[in-house]
Amino acid sequence: MEEKPEKLIVNGKRLDGREPGELRPLKIQAGVLKRADGSAYVELGGNKILAAVYGPREFHPRHLQQPTTATLRCRYNMAPFSVSDERKRPGPSRRSIEISKVTREALEPVVFLEQYPRAVIDVFIEVLQADAGTRTAGITAASVAMADGGIPMRDLVASVAVGKVDGTIVLDLNKYEDQYGEADMPIAMLPRKKEISLMQMDGNFTPEEFRQAIELAILGCEKIYEAQREALEKKYSANLGGE
Amino acid sequence: MQEIVSSVKRNYIADLARQRKRVDGRGLDQYREISVEPGLIENADGSALAKIGNTQVLVGVKLQKGEPYPDTPESGVLIVNAELVPLASPTFEPGPPDENAIELARVVDRGIRESQAIELEKLVITPGEEVWIVFVDIHVLDQDGNLIDTSALAAISALWNTKPPKDEDWKLKKFPISKNPVTVTTAKINGEMMVDPCLDEESVMEARISMATTEDGNICAIQKGGSGTLTLQDIDKAYELAVTKADELRKYVK
Repeated sequence: MEEKPEKLIVNGKRLDGREPGELRPLKIQAGVLKRADGSAYVELGGNKILAAVYGPREFHPRHLQQPTTATLRCRYNMAPFSVSDERKRPGPSRRSIEISKVTREALEPVVFLEQYPRAVIDVFIEVLQADAGTRTAGITAASVAMADGGIPMRDLVASVAVGKVDGTIVLDLNKYEDQYGEADMPIAMLPRKKEISLMQMDGNFTPEEFRQAIELAILGCEKIYEAQREALEKKYSANLGGE
Repeated sequence: MQEIVSSVKRNYIADLARQRKRVDGRGLDQYREISVEPGLIENADGSALAKIGNTQVLVGVKLQKGEPYPDTPESGVLIVNAELVPLASPTFEPGPPDENAIELARVVDRGIRESQAIELEKLVITPGEEVWIVFVDIHVLDQDGNLIDTSALAAISALWNTKPPKDEDWKLKKFPISKNPVTVTTAKINGEMMVDPCLDEESVMEARISMATTEDGNICAIQKGGSGTLTLQDIDKAYELAVTKADELRKYVK
């Protein structure tokens, strides 16, 4: 990691030229993998993230099956070459196990799991290149992949991080802001009902900053939701011979 | 393994919540009985046993010399680990930590780390080479719900109980701890927000949210858990409870 920049916000703009409430460039594609039942690719700033969904399918070993509902499993994984500093050792870390858990809990509320008793739905998130905010971009990608795979859902899940740098509340932290900022709060939202399915935070927020940050996160999630819908519409209108 | 709750009990707890009541007769903003016993383990540098209702968590602190992290050469190291030992619950199994143990350790870690309760920069022996490592080990002894708050309370109490090690490299008069972060967990059952869920309530709840706050009312860590959602009003309510209840919990930290 390079030296800490003296200031993270100069003349009201962030080091990458963004306004405090602006997202990094965002690209979402649905249906990018051949074998998976559903898939999606997300680029957000320097993040490059693939998500794939398999299922609903038979859950082995059978004693883990739930008689009244399907089981959702999520695996968040980072490629060893995905980080800018030293190679990341392959395999699950404590961090990735926690992220897999909160990702599952962020997605569970939208899936009609009760329609597939005993089955399992597997969601795999692969971070190919990391640039801060991988868990939220992973959730954004996973929910598009689930929709692409035809999993019955109440809504999509849109996710983004907000935080505080140099005392200013900002949307979608970049790597410097993530490392040297004063607070980081990843959030996932069900856009239609404005309900929160993921909220984590570390750093320091006054109550006023906390409220401001949530409001900004909601605006951010709405923008991401828009892009998620566009990606799905694009794929399926192409399949119908449109565009 | 999962806790099994009969659907009769499940419905009973949910129905009570609708009437703003709870299985054990508590108010929605009421903790179970709390106690903290510091210094129980003489061989540890610091320790505390915290109880919230029937839930018991023992935390031991050990100070050891070691290498700093390469990106923070002039800072001591904090390592928080949690073990859900099998004697604490029929659902805990021996073996490497599962996602619940890892989440518990990481949530407690964030509350302590982000509040800057420990002045880690004072724990340097030779910059870049040797520093003090603060090991905080969470040992869950009896699981009857709300492990996060009980563990966080035991951990911060154990850190306040930590005495300087007998070692010529230790130059400080006391262990450098200055703040008092406290974590309050609120569960959502049938749309109602209630503090300090017991085990039965946890197995029925839609979601929970844990907030660590410092004395000034600022938030230093948050973790939402569970497979349901929270509305913005739920989050406001959780914050309000987190601040008022933290003042109450803080009295037990000694």
